[in-house]
Amino acid sequence: MKVRLALTVNGESREVLAPVHKTLLEVLREDLGLTGTKHGCELGECGTCTVLVDGEPVLSCLALPVAIEGRAITTIEGMAEGGELHPLQQAFAELGAAQCGYCTPGILLTAQALLDETPTPTRDEIKEALAGNLCRCTGYTKILDAVELASMRMGARK
Amino acid sequence: MHPFTLERPRDVATAMMLGARGAPATEYIAGGTDMLPLLKDEVLRPERLVAVGAGVLDDRIELGRDGTLRIGAAARMTDVADHEGVGETFPLIAQALLAGASPQVRNMATLGGNLLQRTRCGYFRDVGVVACNKRRPGSGCAAMDGDNRMHAVLGGSDQCIATHASDVAVALVALDARLRLRSLDGERIVALEAFHRVPGDAPQVETVLAPGELIAAIEVPAGAALARRSHYLKVRDRVSFEFALVSAAVALDVEDGRIRMARVAMGGVGTKPWRMPRVEQALAGARCDGTAYRAAAERATDGAVPRGRNGFKLDLMVRTLVRALEIAGGQA
Amino acid sequence: MSPPSVIGQPISRVDGRSKVTGAAKYAAEFDPGPRLGHGVVVTSTIAGGVIATIDTAAAETAAGVVAVLTHRNAPKLPYREHKADVDPEDGERLHVLQDDRVHHHGQPVALVVANTFEQATHGASLVRVTYHEEPALTDFGQAETRAVPPGARREDGGHPGETRRGNADAALAAAAVRVVAEYVIPREQHNPIELHATIAAWEDVTLTLWDKTQWVDNVRDEMAAVFGIPIENVRVVSPFGGGAFGSALRPWPHVTLAAMAARHVDRPVKIVLTRRQMYGSTGYRPHTVQRVALGAERTGRLVALHHEGIAETSTYEQYTESLLDATRLLYSCPNVTTRYRVAPMNVNTPTPMRAPGEASGLFALECAMDELAVALDMDPVQLRVRNDAERDEDADLPFSSRALRECFRVGAERFGWERRDPRPTSMRDTSGRLVGYGCASATYPVSVEAASARVQLLVDGSAIVSSAASDMGPGTYTSMTQVAAETLGLPLHRVTFELGDTRMPTAPVHGGSITMASVGSAVQAACTKARRQAFARAKRPSADLVEVLRQLDYSVDVTVHNEPDDAADHYSMHAFGAVFAEVVVDAALGTVRVPRIVGAYGAGRIINPKTAHSQAIGGMVMGIGMALLEHTVVDARSGRVVNSDLAGYLVPVNADVRDLEAIFVDEHDPHVNPLGVKGVAEITLVGVAAAIANAVHHATGRRVRELPITAEKLV
Repeated sequence: MKVRLALTVNGESREVLAPVHKTLLEVLREDLGLTGTKHGCELGECGTCTVLVDGEPVLSCLALPVAIEGRAITTIEGMAEGGELHPLQQAFAELGAAQCGYCTPGILLTAQALLDETPTPTRDEIKEALAGNLCRCTGYTKILDAVELASMRMGARK
Repeated sequence: MHPFTLERPRDVATAMMLGARGAPATEYIAGGTDMLPLLKDEVLRPERLVAVGAGVLDDRIELGRDGTLRIGAAARMTDVADHEGVGETFPLIAQALLAGASPQVRNMATLGGNLLQRTRCGYFRDVGVVACNKRRPGSGCAAMDGDNRMHAVLGGSDQCIATHASDVAVALVALDARLRLRSLDGERIVALEAFHRVPGDAPQVETVLAPGELIAAIEVPAGAALARRSHYLKVRDRVSFEFALVSAAVALDVEDGRIRMARVAMGGVGTKPWRMPRVEQALAGARCDGTAYRAAAERATDGAVPRGRNGFKLDLMVRTLVRALEIAGGQA
Repeated sequence: MSPPSVIGQPISRVDGRSKVTGAAKYAAEFDPGPRLGHGVVVTSTIAGGVIATIDTAAAETAAGVVAVLTHRNAPKLPYREHKADVDPEDGERLHVLQDDRVHHHGQPVALVVANTFEQATHGASLVRVTYHEEPALTDFGQAETRAVPPGARREDGGHPGETRRGNADAALAAAAVRVVAEYVIPREQHNPIELHATIAAWEDVTLTLWDKTQWVDNVRDEMAAVFGIPIENVRVVSPFGGGAFGSALRPWPHVTLAAMAARHVDRPVKIVLTRRQMYGSTGYRPHTVQRVALGAERTGRLVALHHEGIAETSTYEQYTESLLDATRLLYSCPNVTTRYRVAPMNVNTPTPMRAPGEASGLFALECAMDELAVALDMDPVQLRVRNDAERDEDADLPFSSRALRECFRVGAERFGWERRDPRPTSMRDTSGRLVGYGCASATYPVSVEAASARVQLLVDGSAIVSSAASDMGPGTYTSMTQVAAETLGLPLHRVTFELGDTRMPTAPVHGGSITMASVGSAVQAACTKARRQAFARAKRPSADLVEVLRQLDYSVDVTVHNEPDDAADHYSMHAFGAVFAEVVVDAALGTVRVPRIVGAYGAGRIINPKTAHSQAIGGMVMGIGMALLEHTVVDARSGRVVNSDLAGYLVPVNADVRDLEAIFVDEHDPHVNPLGVKGVAEITLVGVAAAIANAVHHATGRRVRELPITAEKLV
């Protein structure tokens, strides 16, 4: 059963004809070419495929796109504005929070949702927000440091 | 994934009608955080899914004037955990919710779906394994003499020892929660404790839900006195994002250093969220001290049957419960 | 004036931007055109036997399915002989879909190709396979009794069944203090976050593969051998790897399947393994049982060392690793025997996983050393320092450099080891939980392989440097850019480093911590030559390369093949380190947390402290996983993995991690290679699990000799 999907991705309206059981992750990667969203387990166990729906982190591997029609989907490709990196992206690149880089998009978006709601989170709040994102390379500490740095810079900018 | 059609009914009546018919093979889907993995692993192969998330089922969270908490079945874990009234009145529920899954999953999963999540038994989830009575009735149970470290010590049968994995269900059972179930025949109220079925000789039947019947809402009776001294303690190998080895939900009504009433349930140990009436009885009237906690906690393993690798859970249950009681009740 | 030195500077990753924007392309993300077909593998559900029937009718008629390949209709492939360093010496790789034989659970028995991934997945679920099951060896306890000495000889790169120096038995019998213990490490899975994936496309007789691999050249060579085509006709592209840790060293059966299917259906085919499938087909760290006997004088001096190990392997390949190698050289001891056995089982072949051999072997040895320290009533750091070896007593060579003592000195000071009360259960934190301090030695050999690099100096004053190397995460792009910029005398922004394409000059495997030494040396040599050529062609004398290049009519283009010198014949070359761990144990609940690890390493010259530090603490976290969490549970009755996902197989999450510190002690080693680097990838995992286990003993008085250390082993 194919359905016509009207999705709003990174502020743009996108139309896709896809079977109803195709997950949002596959629609993003295969139909829309947005391969910045990564697949790590397909079962909701690693956080790698995280995207934002109406600003909240959700797992695109467990989402059926029909359920998300009309809501704002943000992928990593939509994080930088007009070529200027989001402070989180800047901090991750600077501090070496991205190693192999594969879990990075999901972590960045999750962190963005956190900072949007809690601009100056404690270390524990950062850890809790990122509790569902696995990383096998970095040892995590640089990721937490980078979120703190971005938070500080964003605060200073205001 | 087996291809399926997806029905998105406008109202609950249509949803119930679609589910009540015998064919095509139908499953309900709400948040999808357990349904999608089951579909992808081919554990379930429905012809049709019926979406029953917010919009079909109630997702409101209401604290009544009498102190009763009512949670619509479609309410998301995140929204319940963050709800101010829940946090103040029933911190046990918020704690148990936050101990479960990951932030992303909690942003998607509903409370109704949480109660209906299927076991994490590795033999159940892997269709490459033949023997699973829950998945293929009569095929046997690979866990019985296999890797059963995470399996249940309470409520099992010779057919199945799969653990019920929910955290929040444990807290809700402890708090005497009841469910409003809706079907085309009307509404009925079932105590959460009576909602899940132990496997017996039909492990494929996990709840009392009839075809087409839905959880409409979860109600938690007022319990202000209990809520003040409560704690959800989850013991696991990994610090977060893991199912419980053993968990304990305790709520105590304490006056002058004595326990008037106790509510206790445990997770990770039962084939369903496991209420501990004998522990509660032992606590009633006891002083808040380590000796009383210990004596009461020993009763938690009454009737427990270890199966090889999960034997350690018996001792760990007692220890976990003692710790939870110490945290909730303190020392008089 | 030449720019300031960039080697040794904490440069941010040059590929950082592409990674934080999602622009970096991993194997599954290339677009070979609109006719891309998706392949989904069907795997066996028995451990041994033959396929009786395969019913593909339903799959073949399912919507969108283009082809179903099984051993009955798959093309017979030449599978010419091909052995690379990453392949076991003995045995032969699985020949995929070439016959009806099943060797292990999870072996590919069919491939469904369809227009979409969803259609292929559904088609795969419709394939019905029946088997004639045969008795299979799936219980390690049984297999252990039939273990055999490794077949490959030491001089061929094999790991010997027996080695002997002096007389360990006699010395052990006569020793004043003895420790004898058995240690068990379960199977562990690499579990990189990226799923293994391959896209294959044929154009006439040439094959292009976009593959998740740590060695593009070997994928090319193996595919050429498997398909019986010239290597010139194969191109392999892999610019980014989403972690691997060894899982992508070898081309696994799905790589061949993708190429086979692409030719069969005459269109490009992409295969992405599921996480579950990775447990059955991308290797793992083998389950090992090790027995260690130590004998010492009262002063702590080792007089006898006996170390034996048994590891699982498959029935069709004999995987061996350096399980006992470090034991023969880490400490000074006149009487040493090692005994190595492998147990063939109906399982898929193990493969190197970060610090293969040393990670397992030194867990046993370093726990035993801790037990010896307790038996001697001696400080564990002191015991190790006392037995420090002046030269490699196994190879009878001097060390090119060895900083073990310095690492213990620096690490102990940084960690605050002197605060340790040596009595077990004597230390507690403010909330009353038990605290323990433990330490362990670490070592990993330094190897250098031949490598090539190309340097193009362009007339605009920029440089493009390339080599068919890989970057699965450590920062190859960045460190090579630094070496090139420094050697050329160009600012970083004028240098671009490219990798991951067989069209580039050859590079060795991206594993065993050899990339920096091998590719780095080639890059250095090529840049030296290119710079010299540019200056030789300069029209006007200038000390500035940019100025010189701008005068040129055409670019400089040199390729240099760099062979390692004969230093390995004269020196024993290893990195050394000391690891310190603090644990907090909730004695009632049996939970162990690791608030702190300090590692000090003598790893030669550090090209980029920022990426090296990041890589090092990543290694430590994998060590936390090894110590406390990781365990591939194999059902001994069937040989099937029970926890083949990321919910059942636990890797550390951020909450498991607190303070981690990696210190690189100053070490100048003029022998290892021209850059003086030793590599940091593997050594930072070595010793971590032992340090944690030793800390757990210190905290609780309980000696846990079987990993992972979970609640049931402590309550």
